[in-house]
Amino acid sequence: MTHGFDLEALGRARSHLSLRNENICIEARDLQLFYGDKQALHNINMRIPEKRVSAFIGPSGCGKSTLLRCFNRMNDLVETCRIEGQIEINGTNINNKALDVAELRQKVGMVFQKPNPFPKSIYENVAYGLRLQGVKSRRILDEVVEKSLRGAALWDEVKDRLHDSALGLSGGQQQRLVIARAIAIEPEVLLLDEPASALDPISTLKIEELINDLKSKYTIVIVTHNMQQAARVSDYTAFMYMGELIEFGDTDSLFTNPKKKQTEDYITGRYG
Amino acid sequence: MCRTALPKNNRFETLEFFSTMAAFVPVAFFLVLFGQILVDGISGLSWDFLTQNPLDAGRQGGIASIVLSTAYILGICLIITIPFGLMLAIYLTLNENNTNGSLLFLRRSIMVLAGMPSIVVGLFGNAFFSISLGLGFSILSGGLTLACMVLPFFILVSEQALRSVPKHYYINAYALGLNQSSTLFKIALPLAIPGIGAALILSIGRALAETAALIFTAGYVTRTPESVLDSGRALSVHIFDLAMNVPGGNQNAFSTALVLIIFLILLSIATRFLGKSLVNRVGVV
Repeated sequence: MTHGFDLEALGRARSHLSLRNENICIEARDLQLFYGDKQALHNINMRIPEKRVSAFIGPSGCGKSTLLRCFNRMNDLVETCRIEGQIEINGTNINNKALDVAELRQKVGMVFQKPNPFPKSIYENVAYGLRLQGVKSRRILDEVVEKSLRGAALWDEVKDRLHDSALGLSGGQQQRLVIARAIAIEPEVLLLDEPASALDPISTLKIEELINDLKSKYTIVIVTHNMQQAARVSDYTAFMYMGELIEFGDTDSLFTNPKKKQTEDYITGRYG
Repeated sequence: MCRTALPKNNRFETLEFFSTMAAFVPVAFFLVLFGQILVDGISGLSWDFLTQNPLDAGRQGGIASIVLSTAYILGICLIITIPFGLMLAIYLTLNENNTNGSLLFLRRSIMVLAGMPSIVVGLFGNAFFSISLGLGFSILSGGLTLACMVLPFFILVSEQALRSVPKHYYINAYALGLNQSSTLFKIALPLAIPGIGAALILSIGRALAETAALIFTAGYVTRTPESVLDSGRALSVHIFDLAMNVPGGNQNAFSTALVLIIFLILLSIATRFLGKSLVNRVGVV
């Protein structure tokens, strides 16, 4: 194949996935987003499949993080932000004004670029969401903390120092801790906003392995500016450019046989 | 060490000389002041001095009733200052970016009030609490007047402490599904506690040092107060009265000043200690 990407060199097996055969978890319809007068997202229509990893790629400023933040309404925190159109997550229109945003965010967890544990112990960081939901039983908390830390592939490294400060962990460990914190409240969706871009290669690899493990339970959407990473971890990839969704499809096809010229130019490194 | 590596710069060295000299000024001032009070005050200091009531207009006896009045006045001041101050600091933090006219006016008022000369506050307290509200010269009107004085300062410093909590904690808390109020109370407030503690202790220091605002409101009788509606004399007022109005009162004025200063120094040590231990605690628990 002349254009495209050598996926096998990245150790990726062909997956033969197709959006048509998937259950849809997140669906955006005619989504427009404005920051003041400036339009940041143009007419986004997309259907993100359940329990798969979908990656958003595109050059800086293309709107991929902005789109990600629409899914748990983090854009609400930006005063000048205005959203039109619909987003449904598992059948619920989340742009509904009457929706309880806190409840939405418990269902749609998010992990940011910079790992940001709270300045508390490792244990308390993971137990935090549950405590806020009013869970007091030590037994349940212990159980969930262990399960979440195991789920985030961190348990073996921290099990002997659960009550030490989380700030003493390395960056990669902190990021896995934050993922443990997010999965402790059992979300349906995990949004990862460049989760590995502040980490070293080994930590990055661990996060990528973790993403692979987590997709059996959660619908994962990951924003990354690293195309190799998108190609390694994702089942589906969306290419965005200048606030528009150019192409969204299974990762194999998008990287080896892009339908749009812009996608091809980007993945072959002609711009971005 | 690295000085040799730097090119000689005369201007820099002159500046360095003068700033070193300037650093001596506060140190010297403190040593002279504290040394004088220590030397003159220590001889009068004893257990009896702390446990007996003043006699002969304060020339003889101790300062037990004065300490008690001071504690009452401070207590009333803090009962008002802490809840009101915290509420306002939180309110201002929540509306940090709001440039609405009335909020701007509120901020401006607090700033002006924080810099208000204490004698003005004292006269206001006399006119409002003592006369208009009919509380007379009492510990209650003294404490309330003191609260008026300390409150704006406490609000400003606490708000600063709340605002200095890094924004990413808020973002992460929101992303975990916390609403605004639980984010504030469960994440931001604990992180701001060392700063708020410092604000509190600085406020106490200010309140203890205050004289002008109390002379016209709490009064200056030396007897032991039986209720908050009795007059009472604060330590600072006692020092003022002994030094200015009571011939032969100097010895006890110095001793009282020593008690007050030692207490203020202990408070300032406590601030550092408390700040550190709270940072550690919040950092690890």
